[in-house]
Amino acid sequence: MSGILASMIDGLLIGSVYGLAAMGLSLIWGVMDVINLTHGAVIALGMFGMYILFAAFPVNAYLLLLPVIAAGLLLGLLIYWIAVHWVIGRSQLSSLLSTFAVNMMIIGIGTAIWSTSPYNVNFTLRGITVGAYTFDGNHLAAAGAAVIIGLALELFLYRTRPGKAIRAVADNREAAELMGISSTMVLALAFAIGIALAASSGALVSTLFPFTILSGAGYQMKSFVVTVLAGLGKPLGALVAGVLLGLLEGAVTPFIAVSWIPLIEFGLFVVVLVAFPKGIFARATA
Amino acid sequence: MILRRPVFWLILVFAALMAFVPLHANNVSMREDLILVAIAIILASNLNLMIGYTGYVNFGHIVFYGLGGYVGLYLATVRSWNLVLAALTAGLVVSLFALALGMGILRLRGAYFALATIGVLQAVQSFVANFDPWGRSTGMYVAFDAYERLGGARHALWTTYFLVIGVMALSMILSLGIKISKFGLGLFAIREDEDAALVLGVNTTVFKAIIYSVSAFLPAVAGALMFYKNGMIDPSIAFEFMLSLEGIVMLMLGGKGTVVGAALGGGLYEKLRSYLLTSPKFSNFQLVIAGGLLLLVVLFAPGGLIGWLYRLVPRARKVIE
Amino acid sequence: MTPLLEVSGVSKRFGGLQAVSDVSFSLGEREILGLIGPNGAGKTTLFNVVNGVYKADKGTIKFAGEDITNRPPNEVVHLGLARTHQIVKPLQDMTVLENVTVGACFGREYLALQPARKVALEVLERVGLAKSAEMSARSLTIAGKKRLEVARALAAHPKLLLLDEVLAGLNPTEITYMIGIVRDIRDSGISVFMIEHVMQAIMSLSDRLVVLSFGQKLAEGHPEEVARDPQVIEAYLGDPDIAEKLKEND
Repeated sequence: MSGILASMIDGLLIGSVYGLAAMGLSLIWGVMDVINLTHGAVIALGMFGMYILFAAFPVNAYLLLLPVIAAGLLLGLLIYWIAVHWVIGRSQLSSLLSTFAVNMMIIGIGTAIWSTSPYNVNFTLRGITVGAYTFDGNHLAAAGAAVIIGLALELFLYRTRPGKAIRAVADNREAAELMGISSTMVLALAFAIGIALAASSGALVSTLFPFTILSGAGYQMKSFVVTVLAGLGKPLGALVAGVLLGLLEGAVTPFIAVSWIPLIEFGLFVVVLVAFPKGIFARATA
Repeated sequence: MILRRPVFWLILVFAALMAFVPLHANNVSMREDLILVAIAIILASNLNLMIGYTGYVNFGHIVFYGLGGYVGLYLATVRSWNLVLAALTAGLVVSLFALALGMGILRLRGAYFALATIGVLQAVQSFVANFDPWGRSTGMYVAFDAYERLGGARHALWTTYFLVIGVMALSMILSLGIKISKFGLGLFAIREDEDAALVLGVNTTVFKAIIYSVSAFLPAVAGALMFYKNGMIDPSIAFEFMLSLEGIVMLMLGGKGTVVGAALGGGLYEKLRSYLLTSPKFSNFQLVIAGGLLLLVVLFAPGGLIGWLYRLVPRARKVIE
Repeated sequence: MTPLLEVSGVSKRFGGLQAVSDVSFSLGEREILGLIGPNGAGKTTLFNVVNGVYKADKGTIKFAGEDITNRPPNEVVHLGLARTHQIVKPLQDMTVLENVTVGACFGREYLALQPARKVALEVLERVGLAKSAEMSARSLTIAGKKRLEVARALAAHPKLLLLDEVLAGLNPTEITYMIGIVRDIRDSGISVFMIEHVMQAIMSLSDRLVVLSFGQKLAEGHPEEVARDPQVIEAYLGDPDIAEKLKEND
């Protein structure tokens, strides 16, 4: 019994990182109706960003999140101008394919530089022991960082002018433009934040598990699952749904072979998508 | 009538050339190159039925190819069936699977459907990787005696090649046949505006499920033939996500929604890829180049090569379908 | 004689909004029935319930003797009830001819491709779009797109045509032309149920009128009676001249 509990707590901690990744996807999707297929590649870049930074500055890895986020914002602006700006207002297929094209390019370049062999960030925080359990220090720190970043985004969206502009554009782009909000600036900003969130989640994952340039794909898939569970454009909902997914993983891990987990997750994804196309939480509030 | 379409005869001539040029030259390496071109054309043409005709992006189209490979290989080796029968059965089984699946996921529209297809691909792949009768993650091998039944390995490889060329020709003819039919008109209406199509009387649910299922058939047959030729199959090569995505690149490159475009894109992309893979300078950058190409096409020439031709010579629309 | 369309006690609610509430009326063969009411009265919603785009919460709809309540739109067309959209929905990247051929192919007679194309050409001639047959639907003007909507619905060879504001956004010449088309449709034996805001037109075209306000049926009858109905006048935002305006068009 204690095994399940420990596994679930661990799942909960990792789930908050899934949630952070999904927040990025959900924000972009909700604000500009673009399904950002560079998501997985950017998560992988976040991992390697952390790897490079930590190799250069071997300080507390979690401090290095700040430069990763900054680089993520810049990368987001770049991707926006290359692949997204031109297809805003065109069919969803266009943005799906254009972001996917960038995904291919990032993975291609990444593979050329780092091949597809595994890397890891060699940084360990001391765990915390409560009674019979010892909680892994890195897992705790990563979860804490994810929650802090998530709450910071929520504050940004609800308490600052640019944040309110993003919500206004998400709500009704035309009306927001009539109110004098430049939708291009707002879309670019939202995209950049979404990318920075993805990159930071990748950076957090790199402190937990070994990774390759292809590792982002799995987290991208989890982000889709989480976003669909939470419903679009609800970043905080995505964080919660991410934690739920982590809990679920933690709860089933002790009982079945690891190789079955993808089947359960993707099966769940398709079923939830078909049953609740607008998200489980969306239906409850409608 | 399909026989009155110039493209129909073009397809036959093209297929005949593909079949007889390597045979005449007795050139095995040319044959191996061309079989990949044919597979690319099969995948792109059938994917076109969904993306180009119906407007539904299927990121997981390769599922049909891989499942066809598995069912075909299982029947042809474990059950010792005749290859053609095994391949056709694989096609049927996979089509039925697609029909059942389509009834569920085709309730989703636009990007939601596209996402679901990624989920389906991953779910099927992880199922097969855990499925004992199909050898879990190690996959299955073709025993040598399976080739013996086709008159030895050498003969068997040529036979498979001709069969694949046949499937390629059928794929293109199927695309053409659907394009000029009432069924095709209904699909185009769905692509343009699904709600309007429904109000105009198109049974969108049934149409979508049928085309999804039809688009599974020939890729599955081709998968059965191809993995039989290769002699082995495992979950990572059967359900390679990358190949699924390259199918989309091919289609966009040639021009979605057109019979010739799908084939042209498939053929060109495959030639480009094999050039890049063998070139020492670019072998690492195959993905980068494919991605760049896709981006350029999506941003600047959404109609692909054929779309560009249509704009240059509007009358071409009537001939090059 | 049983009416062609019989709507009884139909209601439709969206969340907290009662869009249509307990509406009943009927429509006879070869009749033009007008549907008017202020914006947001639930007119288009009523159309959507009648042709099956929305499911009715309550009530029944009978068409040509068959219960079509909650039948999907594609089946409703096969029975002979076609419609146009207020916000036009052309199949943009297909030609005008192809658009109309879709209507004929999947309409009441479920024609094969060749005969459907013939029907489509005839219909295009009827609505004055024959010259644009090979153009892409995208390139039509708004007036052209409105006519395309009518042509597509007409190609289905319906017994009853629902026209949703086919005159909106047209200039006077185009309006006159479209009124001619509607009359021609009725003369060819097809009943018409139309939503319209252009009052002159609806008053002169309709045999009878139904007035909706806040989802409820306010009045029904001959256009002149309806125009004198104080409740109707009230509904049109207390415009005291409305009665005059409505009357002078007769």
